[in-house]
Parts: sequence; structure tokens; C-alpha cells
Amino acid sequence: MNVDELERVVEPDWPSEVHAVLRRADVTHVSYVPDAGHTALINLCTADDDIVTNVLTTEEEGIAIATGAWLGGKRSAILMQSSGVGNCINMLSLPVIARVPLLMLVTMRGEWAEFNPWQNPMGRATQASLQAIGVTVLRAETARDLVETVEQATTMAYDGDQQMAVLIGQRLLGRKQW
Amino acid sequence: MSADDVLDRRDAVSRLLAGRGKTLVVTGLGSPTYDVHAQGDHDANYYLWGAMGGAALVGFGLAQAQPDRRVLVITGDGEQLMALGGLATIAAARPTNLDIVVLDNEHYGETGMQASHTGLGIDLAAVASALGFADARVVATDAQLGRLIDDHAAPSAGPRLAVVKIRPENLPRSMPSRDAVLIKNRFRAHLGLTPN
Repeated sequence: MNVDELERVVEPDWPSEVHAVLRRADVTHVSYVPDAGHTALINLCTADDDIVTNVLTTEEEGIAIATGAWLGGKRSAILMQSSGVGNCINMLSLPVIARVPLLMLVTMRGEWAEFNPWQNPMGRATQASLQAIGVTVLRAETARDLVETVEQATTMAYDGDQQMAVLIGQRLLGRKQW
Repeated sequence: MSADDVLDRRDAVSRLLAGRGKTLVVTGLGSPTYDVHAQGDHDANYYLWGAMGGAALVGFGLAQAQPDRRVLVITGDGEQLMALGGLATIAAARPTNLDIVVLDNEHYGETGMQASHTGLGIDLAAVASALGFADARVVATDAQLGRLIDDHAAPSAGPRLAVVKIRPENLPRSMPSRDAVLIKNRFRAHLGLTPN
């Protein structure tokens, strides 16, 4: 068994495990702008009859929708790519000032084996932008770390009224095939 | 359009809310927030003081979380114009308990009465219609407003949007609390939900 094969054996199937974590945390509402790195998790959520899903035209919509869902008693999560974080900044003032639970799962671009340099500026700005508006940012670099990080972020968000973003490292997602 | 062809915003909002019953209300920043508050504060109101472009989408998320309650969003033309894409997201999901009323004075009233896109020929009701809203119309007279209120009292097969033409004027502000946490907790308590 070479190193790559070993990693595949040892590392969990993160989309399935993150989906299970969200369900255990009673997340029943998910909005997304599609990203290749999120494909499996999006498919798991849209196939789940107990989760209401929305496809968005731009990521900031998800911030407002999640806030409305919480006002009505539903726990909502948002899936997006790092480039979409830039679209969210002013709308994030809503959950931040209203102290509404928020969980953003952000697949990173522009930081590891990135072929497309257009991804790099927003990739560099993602964490700083989120922190500047008041969102707590966590990062995961391995699948195992990601599952644990999402699990504890659900507690901080939905039980602790925090606005949480989990950045999913591009190294974890793997090199995009062109 | 002359001033005689359009409605008084406070009077229109008063009529829209008169028979609100169990309707949940979300307001867009600026004058729509003041207009709704001027009719009397209510635990089932969520007032936005910012997050421009978010009003209809907050109402949409709320409508999905509370499918048995009607949600009424009252916002302005400038606020809704910032979220044309959001109307597509709402239309694609087809909530049957979401009504959006855009109070349209064709200006950015809060910032010095600059002309907005609706004053430059953009028809928001036609946009909503093209997106597949179950009902999309322009209301400019008392009689049309009365028909809208009657129609909105009936169930719908999908989201509805009405553009209510109002006079461009800045009325005395009627300001609800700017404490978004207080209003959130009050709103959730009204629905029987705990603060967290």
C-alpha cells in the first residue's frame, strides 16, 4: 500500500460524515452556490427529504435566508466556495448584529495547486474578510479534522449564537482536474 | 405619473396590515420599517435597519421555516432592486406562503431622493412575472389596493409580489428598536421558540 492509498483508507468520507453531523445537530435547511468541492455534500443534502435546500444566485442570499429560517425556528447551513465569501460581507452584518446562529462551510480555492490565478485574490482575502465582519473562522486541512471541526462549530453556532465559518482547505479537496 | 395616480404610503401599509391576523411581517430598511412601525409595534414584526437586499430573503427563509404561517415582506424599490437575483431564488423554490409588497416611490428616499431604476423604466412586477411568481402586479389606486388585499387573503400556488406605487415623500420617522437581538428574541418568543 503506497502513501496515497493509505491516506484514503485512514481518512473518512467527509461529505457523508459532515452530512451526518449536520443531521445530528438538527440542521434541516441548507442553501448553496454549487462548487466542485461541495458536490457530494450538496447531493446528500438535496437527496435528504428532511432537509430543505435552496440553490442561490449569489451567496449573500443564503445569509439572509438562514437568518429568516432561524427566526422561524429552523437551523440552516450555507455551502459556498471561497470566492463567494466576498459576496457575503455586508449581509453578514445581519446575523452578526442580531446574534443569529450561522454556519458557513467554505471550500477554499487559490491556496494549493491552484491552476487559475483569478481564484487567488479572494482565496487570500477569505479568512481576513470573515474575521473583519465578526465571523469566527476555523480551518480544516484533513478530512478527519474537518468532521470534528464542523461538529464543534454546530455547537458554537446553534447553541452559542455565534456566526461560524469552517474553511475547507484546498489541499484536502485535492487538485482540480482540467 | 402624477401624484394623484399614486397612494399614500402610510395609508397603504395601514390597509395591508389591518387584517393581518397571524401574518408574520418582515420590513426592509428605511421608510418601510418606519411605515410598518407607525401602524403599531407588534411581536410578529421583524424590522431590518440594514442588510440592504435582504428583506425578501429573510421573509423567504422564515416562510420555509414556518410553512403554516403567511409571511408578508414590506420593503422599498431600492431595497428590492438590490436583490433581483434573490427573486429568482424565491421563484425557483415556490413558497406558497410568501407575499412581497414593494412600496415603490421610484426614488432612494432615505438618501436624498435620487431616482431609482423603477423611476427609469424598470418594471419589478414584470420581472417577478417573468420569474414565475404566482401573482405579480402593479397597484396604483385605492381600488387596486383593495383587490390586492382581498386576493392576498386567499391561498396561493406560489410566491406573490405587488409593486405599490406611492408618493415620493419623507414622512416623520416612526422608529422601532434598533436592537436586533431584542427584536429577534421577541419575534421567536411570539412563535413559541426559545432565544436559542
